[in-house]
Amino acid sequence: MFAVASAAVLVTMTLALTRAMLGPTVFDRVLALNMFGTKTVLLISVVSFMSGRTDFLDLALLYSLMNFIGMVALLRFTTTGTFSEESL
Amino acid sequence: MNLIEFAILGLLATTAVTIARIRDLWAAIMFTGIYSFLSASWMLLLDAPDVSFTEAAVGAGISTVLMLSTLALTGKVEKAPTRFSPMPLLVVTVTGCALVYGTLDMPPMGAADDPIHLHPNPGFVERSQADMHGLPNVVTAVLASYRGYDTLGETTVVFTAGLAVLLILRRSTDGTAKPDGTAESNE
Repeated sequence: MFAVASAAVLVTMTLALTRAMLGPTVFDRVLALNMFGTKTVLLISVVSFMSGRTDFLDLALLYSLMNFIGMVALLRFTTTGTFSEESL
Repeated sequence: MNLIEFAILGLLATTAVTIARIRDLWAAIMFTGIYSFLSASWMLLLDAPDVSFTEAAVGAGISTVLMLSTLALTGKVEKAPTRFSPMPLLVVTVTGCALVYGTLDMPPMGAADDPIHLHPNPGFVERSQADMHGLPNVVTAVLASYRGYDTLGETTVVFTAGLAVLLILRRSTDGTAKPDGTAESNE
């Protein structure tokens, strides 16, 4: 069951990567990247349950935090085009 | 498990080629984020959670923000190459072949008679349970406790470097742009 779940997650990751490559607009790519990060978290969770090492779940937490930070930075740059201090 | 590793390596290769070929730098930064996530999960599959932790925090988190800050100061589109130059392709191919040739000498992963398992490791495995009050991970014990002073030194060096860069950048903006030295926040 875990193997099927991880295969499905990998297929979804491939689809998200394809969308990020093709994506004509910025928002396709942002959504694809966000989805890719989420799928990474899912893959780590599934793999850690499959191999019985559930202490890897901390890493999944860190990944979701990093995904959020990267996404906020990307979107801020997309809207304002700068990181100067008055835009914060 | 092997199939997952092959799939992740395939996705890594695809992402790397995309990063090299894409001209929109904003999208390239986005693909480096994907690359970091992929390589971190691959390191996790190789049983290196500490390296994976660092890769996720530094590669996917901080370096994305840093590269976007760089992009805010420069242009968003890379200039297209005017002609095909075979020299970089040749250098990359030769280096890759040399690296693959080098891996042929490495012992198989997880073999019990690897040098790493014979020489320093047994002592760490035997002592870390008692020394570290039962930490489940020997690598964490070595990194965080046995090498504690080393890590403290590294952190001091990195902190000093970051402080120096901040001081230099802060003075140049104050001198040229606008006299606004009250803001304390930084990325």
